[in-house]
Amino acid sequence: MSMEWYLVVSALIFSIGAGGVLVRRNPLVILLCLELMLNGANLALVTFARMHGNGDGQVFALIVMVVAACEVAVGLGLIVAIFRRRLPIDVDELRELQG
Amino acid sequence: MQTTAWIVLLAPLAGFLIIALSSKLLSWRAHGWIGTLAIATSFAAAVATLIALQGRGEEERQVVSVAWAYADAGGLDAQLSILIDPLSVLMICIVSGVSTLIHLYSVSYMASDRGYTRFFAYLNFFVFSMLLLVLAANFLLLIIGWAFVGAASYFLISFWYRRTTATAAGIKAFVINVLGDVGLVLGTIFILRGTGSVDFLQVFERLPEAFSRNDADLVAGALLLLVGAFAKSAQVPLHTWLPDAMEGPTPVSALIHAATMVTAGVYLIARMHPIFELAPAAADVGAVVGCVTLLVAASIGLVVTDLKRVIAYSTMSQIGYMIMAVSSAAYAAGMFHLMTHAFFKALLFMAAGSVIAAMAGTQDLDKMGGFRKAMPYTYGCMVIGGLALAGIPPFSGFFSKDEILAQLIERGDWHVGLAIAGYIGALLTAIYTFRMIFRAFWGDPCPEARELEGGHLHHAPEHTNPATGEVEDTDVGFPGADHHIAEREGTMKIAMGGLAILATVGGVVQIPKVNESLHHFLDPTFHDSRYYEDLEPSGGLVLIGMVVGAALGLLGIFIAYTLWVKQPERPAAIRARFSALHRFFSNKWYFDEAIDTVVVRPTAWVGRFCNSTIERGLVNGALVGGTSGAVRAASAAVRGIQTGYLRYYAALLLVGLTGLGAYFLISA
Repeated sequence: MSMEWYLVVSALIFSIGAGGVLVRRNPLVILLCLELMLNGANLALVTFARMHGNGDGQVFALIVMVVAACEVAVGLGLIVAIFRRRLPIDVDELRELQG
Repeated sequence: MQTTAWIVLLAPLAGFLIIALSSKLLSWRAHGWIGTLAIATSFAAAVATLIALQGRGEEERQVVSVAWAYADAGGLDAQLSILIDPLSVLMICIVSGVSTLIHLYSVSYMASDRGYTRFFAYLNFFVFSMLLLVLAANFLLLIIGWAFVGAASYFLISFWYRRTTATAAGIKAFVINVLGDVGLVLGTIFILRGTGSVDFLQVFERLPEAFSRNDADLVAGALLLLVGAFAKSAQVPLHTWLPDAMEGPTPVSALIHAATMVTAGVYLIARMHPIFELAPAAADVGAVVGCVTLLVAASIGLVVTDLKRVIAYSTMSQIGYMIMAVSSAAYAAGMFHLMTHAFFKALLFMAAGSVIAAMAGTQDLDKMGGFRKAMPYTYGCMVIGGLALAGIPPFSGFFSKDEILAQLIERGDWHVGLAIAGYIGALLTAIYTFRMIFRAFWGDPCPEARELEGGHLHHAPEHTNPATGEVEDTDVGFPGADHHIAEREGTMKIAMGGLAILATVGGVVQIPKVNESLHHFLDPTFHDSRYYEDLEPSGGLVLIGMVVGAALGLLGIFIAYTLWVKQPERPAAIRARFSALHRFFSNKWYFDEAIDTVVVRPTAWVGRFCNSTIERGLVNGALVGGTSGAVRAASAAVRGIQTGYLRYYAALLLVGLTGLGAYFLISA
């Protein structure tokens, strides 16, 4: 089976994730979509590793997973903090940083 | 000798610092004595310096003592150096001697003033500045001393700082003095450019090589120096501050505005005589201005009714004589008149202060009269001072004034015209001096004089500003509650007595054809002058001059006696007859108005124009407003991007990254 299909799937997953980040307003869903983007990238990395026949890409994929775990921990912590302060769970409402 | 000369300079500085820094530690009475003691020390050191200087050979009587060098770069040798020569030693003896007596006078005269400590601190600072001015061995120190005395004069004119008239007078004096400072600095620059030095002796040495006779640069420099001298010495047209300066306490008028500071211009010209002899065009300007001043001031002195202002105009007039003398190369005569004038004019001011105290602050001659019996001591001092001022033999002013006029005639040419003007001035001097004395001391006693004859010193029911009638209290910033007259204060008596003796016998140091000790004493300073030895009037000329001078003085007194004692109704008739002339004189020749129209108003208009148009429009509007406006507009444009929506940021990031990736893909 050709490797291109793996890359196509990876691009598809990444695009779905990016689209979700851009259009959804619930921070929890945005976080999920972010995970999708990371995993799309992971798939591409593993595919390239397979294509070139060395393990560097797989090492990268592992590191990305570690970073993703940290990021989820921080992100969920933020969401819990927002929830605790009874702020709206909606990223469009949280726009105090506008210029 | 150097040590004593430095003590002369440092004793008043030490006195000033001690008084200023211990204002809360010691009683106020102690401050007066500390101040007097500091100046007395200075005087003792000055006399010691004089004796040491006379002990040296003729050739070694010009000593420069350098404490340290500030900078020596680009040919400019800025040093803290003093020049000890006969001219500066004469000046320090006069300044410290007269100052000692005036300090002694002030100890009592200012006793009830709440600013007593401040007064003595200022006074000591002034004496230090004046001594720095006359001892300076280079232009830089001269300028520093010149500016310091101007500042001290400002402090002391505005001493009663809650009096609006006093503060206004102080500002006026300061502004005109700063004009003179600028002239002095610019003149120094001309001389520095030509000779490459600021040290007096070096400058004088290099002068003949650096400049030709009447060189345009040198004349410009000398004229600028004259601007400094005119502003400081109250010569036309920079004289208007001196009458107003009479707002200060009377001892200040005696010390600064009669005896010492205002004669700094005379000293300057005498000190710079090599420059003025090489630039005779500038010297001629000085002589003419001095002559004009002496006549203008004498004419105003005839009609002024303020006691202190009469003496102030007389000071202007006498300094006119001195400026005329030193500008016409009659150096010894000019310095001689400076010395005798310091004695008798300080005496006149002290006596006037005593009268003003008896009048409880009123200075108007119209309200005075008949103090002769009530204040015999003051009257005696005033008459001695008046006789010296009017040039009656054998009082000191007689010899010095006639010396000047005889030397002017000896100089020949148009200087004879100056001398004739000087004789007319002498007549006017005698008239206005004795007009003042007769009006204050003769005639029917005024209520205050009667009260004093009864043994009680007049106290005003309400303290007011004599010039405007504004009501004042007696706290700091206004005159004190009590007044002090010479008859009741020992120190005032001693001070006035000392000066009265000096004013009487001061002339003996220079009697023409008998002993010319001052002339010989000053010889080492003026040995390089081309006129100093040649300007020797013949015996006949001196004799005629003396007779004419004495006759004019006596005639003036006789006229004054006739007008104000014998026929007291005559002055009013004369005034009515020449009302236009009287108005012209009593409005001070409209100098104030002319300066106001020519200088003050246009300057104020330009200032307002700059404020409203240039400042608001150009600076505030275009430069400051333009810059901040541009920044604000740019930031407003950029600020639009920051919406605060997370999705925009994420989308921008994506678009950016995609764009970047696409660029690399395509370019690869």
